[in-house]
Amino acid sequence: MKLDNSLPLEYRSEENSNRIFGFWLFLGAEIVLFSTLFAVYFTLWNRTGNGPTGKELFEIGPVLIETFVLLTSSFTIGLMINSMRQGLQKAAMVFLFVTLVLGLIFLGVEIFEFVTYVNEGATISTSAFMSSLFVLLGTHGAHVTLGLLWGAGIMLQIKREGFTLDTANKSFIFSLYWHFLDVVWIFIFSFVYLKGMM
Amino acid sequence: MKRKGLLLAVFSAFLVLLTGCNSLAVLNPKGPVAKTQSNVILFSILVMALILLVVYVLYIFMLTKYRASKAAPDYEPPHIEGSKWLEITWITIPVIIVAILSVVTVRTTNALDKVPAGYEDQKPLVIYASSSNWKWHFSYPEEGIETVNYVNIPTHRPVEFRLYSYGPITSFWVPQLGGQKYAMSDMVTKLNLVAEHEGSFMGKNSNFSGEGFAGMEFEVLAMSTAKYDEWVNDVKNTASKLTEEQFDSLLETAKVGRQTYSSTHLEFRPAPEGEHGGHNHGGASADDSQADHSEMDHSEMDMSDSEHGEADHASHGN
Amino acid sequence: MKWDEFFVTGEPMIYGAMVSIVVVSLAIVIGLTYFKKWGYLWREWLTTVDHKRIGIMYIISALLMLFRGGVDGLLMRSQLAIPENGLLDAQHYNEIFTTHGVVMILFMAMPFIIGLMNVVVPLQIGARDVAFPRLNAVSFWLFFAGAMLFNLSFVIGGSPDAGWTAYFPLASNEFSPTVGMNYYSIAIQIAGIGTLMTGVNFIATILKMRAPGMTLMKMPMFTWSILITSVIILFAFPVLTVALALMMFDRLFGSQFFTMANGGMDMLWANLFWVWGHPEVYIVILPAFGIFSEVISTFSRKNLYGYASMVGSMVVISLLSFVVWAHHFYTMGHGAMVNGVFSITTMLIAVPTGVKIFNWLLTLHKGRIEFTTPMLYSLAFIPIFTIGGVTGVMLAMASADYQYHNTMFLVAHFHYVLIPGTVFAVLAGFYYWFPKLFGFRLNERQGKLAFWLIAVSFNVTFMPLFFLGLKGMTRRMYTYSADTGFGPLNLIATIGAFGLALGFILLVYNIYWSFRYAPRETSGDPWNARTLEWSTHSPIPDYNFAIVPTVTGRDPFWEHKKGGHQLYKGKYEEIHMPSNSGQPIILAGIFFLFGFSMVFSWWVPAIIAGIGIIVMMAVRSFERDHGYHIPVREIEETEARLRGEQA
Repeated sequence: MKLDNSLPLEYRSEENSNRIFGFWLFLGAEIVLFSTLFAVYFTLWNRTGNGPTGKELFEIGPVLIETFVLLTSSFTIGLMINSMRQGLQKAAMVFLFVTLVLGLIFLGVEIFEFVTYVNEGATISTSAFMSSLFVLLGTHGAHVTLGLLWGAGIMLQIKREGFTLDTANKSFIFSLYWHFLDVVWIFIFSFVYLKGMM
Repeated sequence: MKRKGLLLAVFSAFLVLLTGCNSLAVLNPKGPVAKTQSNVILFSILVMALILLVVYVLYIFMLTKYRASKAAPDYEPPHIEGSKWLEITWITIPVIIVAILSVVTVRTTNALDKVPAGYEDQKPLVIYASSSNWKWHFSYPEEGIETVNYVNIPTHRPVEFRLYSYGPITSFWVPQLGGQKYAMSDMVTKLNLVAEHEGSFMGKNSNFSGEGFAGMEFEVLAMSTAKYDEWVNDVKNTASKLTEEQFDSLLETAKVGRQTYSSTHLEFRPAPEGEHGGHNHGGASADDSQADHSEMDHSEMDMSDSEHGEADHASHGN
Repeated sequence: MKWDEFFVTGEPMIYGAMVSIVVVSLAIVIGLTYFKKWGYLWREWLTTVDHKRIGIMYIISALLMLFRGGVDGLLMRSQLAIPENGLLDAQHYNEIFTTHGVVMILFMAMPFIIGLMNVVVPLQIGARDVAFPRLNAVSFWLFFAGAMLFNLSFVIGGSPDAGWTAYFPLASNEFSPTVGMNYYSIAIQIAGIGTLMTGVNFIATILKMRAPGMTLMKMPMFTWSILITSVIILFAFPVLTVALALMMFDRLFGSQFFTMANGGMDMLWANLFWVWGHPEVYIVILPAFGIFSEVISTFSRKNLYGYASMVGSMVVISLLSFVVWAHHFYTMGHGAMVNGVFSITTMLIAVPTGVKIFNWLLTLHKGRIEFTTPMLYSLAFIPIFTIGGVTGVMLAMASADYQYHNTMFLVAHFHYVLIPGTVFAVLAGFYYWFPKLFGFRLNERQGKLAFWLIAVSFNVTFMPLFFLGLKGMTRRMYTYSADTGFGPLNLIATIGAFGLALGFILLVYNIYWSFRYAPRETSGDPWNARTLEWSTHSPIPDYNFAIVPTVTGRDPFWEHKKGGHQLYKGKYEEIHMPSNSGQPIILAGIFFLFGFSMVFSWWVPAIIAGIGIIVMMAVRSFERDHGYHIPVREIEETEARLRGEQA
């Protein structure tokens, strides 16, 4: 295997750099996916039928927690990659762990939020607006859930193998994914919640 | 050689068939709208035939002149990179053709949106045409009559069909009077038609809407104003009124024959326009929704939304 | 769901199909057991990650689906042959045209093209495999699972019947109460994920794995077309993913996206569908352009004329393909302004397409044209496709489209585009690259006969539909009365359809006959062609190229043959290869079960299968398989054997 040692571990083999490139492409597809969901949401957001409007529904408290938690986790996953590059395995593990815990908190708040909506009688079948809201948030939430499972798997692998070509590559790709989810959330926060509450 | 003959045969058959327009409903218009469309179609066929001719001549020339069987045994084709001027030529000429066609398209499309030229001064006859299952309801609000599966119209008077559907999207089409438009469940679309000849014309739903789709036809009978007025009076005096229960059971029925009533369903079941439209539930104004669309700049979908905004407004302009 | 509704009953044709499915499956199982081929099948095919074998599996699946879609087409044409025909009832006809559309576009045209690109692209760029071989196998098996799930609807639960466009509200539970449209939303979704992965895979392959010296502007035209196609896939397929997901939510979970009450919007579906659907057309047509470029250049014995403008025109087409979707529903009541804009963008596509047509014509100019079977398909493409193209421009004119929309004129147009475009292209590509894969050519006499039957019958089938459209015959009507006057032209079309069927039967016979009797060739370059794939042996060794070629021009192998350039420099080195894996097919199997459970709303099995999918992903993540290395000795032996020397 040809290795270029001037590159960071995650890029070092051809396979690794291809994977990172491929993942960027995949993120391109994800951007289109979320853009389409946003487009659907914007088309339907004032078609509330007999159900509540965003203004009646949204509460700033939980949303701020979600935003704070997810933004912080984006920062910690960055720290994790930084530690990885410096060869600090233990620190990297801690940062990854913190990231996952923050992700879990986010998910918990989001589930709580969904339960509140449903208890108020606003379900996915209430109106086109509720359908598009649940599917947009739900798709993001499902991505976070999958990310948590993925991140936990990577943690196990690092624990077992340390930072190798494989684990470094996976960690880096995971960090890209996690940052992406954060960016999507910023759009959700601004264009769904803030705009909806105005 | 075989191919050349075949192409020529196909091409000439095409031309011969075109000249026999009478059997082609679309090219046998009975009103100004269909007339405009038929002219656009014939014009575009002419332009396209020219393009086909150029391509076919070049094609036949290349295939006859440069076949291997005719080439000298030691002939080695040259390396040719391309020619800037030739390529500019076959970009420029099509662009000019597209420009011409665009002008024609935009002008005629605009014209078709309005009442046909020469009829602007007349008050149009408004007929609500709505589809349910595999039948058409025609409501004449001013006359206070309603028919099912046939529609009578006076000649030389603009008719404004207002289309909507009690189910799947259907498309209201009377080929000899003019092109079609969709009827949908939560908005009203408008189609202006004028008949300049008396006669019976086939009308149909052209958009697949389920099991009974193939038989979803209606007759358009164009008659003189005098005859039309006579018919309206006749219906008013003889036909029964349409009650809400009758209408509900009519909606449920898959298919029916012709029916005539001396009142319309619009009285108890208004069309989805204005305050009854499917849009803007929840009270946000249409202007708000326009503003939203302009804020989303990150997806290729945004155009479709703002266009829908426009389409909605157009249909609400009542 | 009641159990007596589980199997489709009451149709003799479907009973026949059920029996034949069972018989064929039994025959396959018994045959494999009797000849002890299970191990071979598993090791060499089902678990393979080799791009060539995956390509072959794609093509075989596509041919099977061509048969299925073709039978659908024949049934439709038979039903319409005469007025008031009673061969099919409305429901059956509706199912058949729906599945005909879906099968032909998504399960025939796409996999055929993806099959060819799998086989050819790595060879054309001098690579040993695609960037992600394992992912490639996953793509194939997901497509296969989706295709099988979709076809299963035929006998279990009932086929989708709302048209391949599945417009709402018709496709909602209210108007399509059977599970047919559930199959539509889930089976296409599964296959679509596979396609999306293929798009990612081929962009990465083409951008990262080209042979040294092959700059972007030195890539063969087919590779260029695949690169652009993959980019379109990457940007268009997520929209389909969303659209199908929303459809599934509406049908299975009671959401209100496209419903008629509570704010749902049926027009949103039409927009989403065509935002994907129009680029989809170019996904199947651009590779066709690539294939024709290769074939026409090879058999004119000339380099491709106007290479740069060929690339440029494809880029322009791909961009325009995303801004024309509303021309599929001019009649939905947008203002004249919107229709005007979409008319212009649509007509503009004719310009780059015209550039390509003229470039092909000028490639023929001063050439030395040989009329081989692949060349015949490519040459027939030009005049027939031009008819499809100019009628496309006619349809693009909104004011006129009000009269063509939903009519047989439209049906004629898109068959005039897709058959000479995509179908002729994949057949040309099939005949052209077949000897590369198998080491012998398909019989030319039979091939040409099949070609003439197909080309002539095609025109007989679809030319009358233009006139039927102008006469006012709409698409998707299962019958018509005699006094419409639609009868004679329909009869001609039906005769043509049977001619087409005959042509395809001859084509299959051609393949069979050639497998048995065609003389084997060892040259690896039977057509005296120009690009890298012809410079290695036929059949191709696992590793494609013993030495990675060095490229200096656009037709590297041609230059090599003319003595101007040495392709293979250096000596043999160990070659790194990916190892086979059973995971892709198992994953796809679980996806199939997941989809099937979802179709019938069986939540428990669906959740179990969903967990299974996640487990399979975890298994992959924890796996450490870095492939294996082929030692130099083995390469030397293989090369000697393939050159025909006895080791």
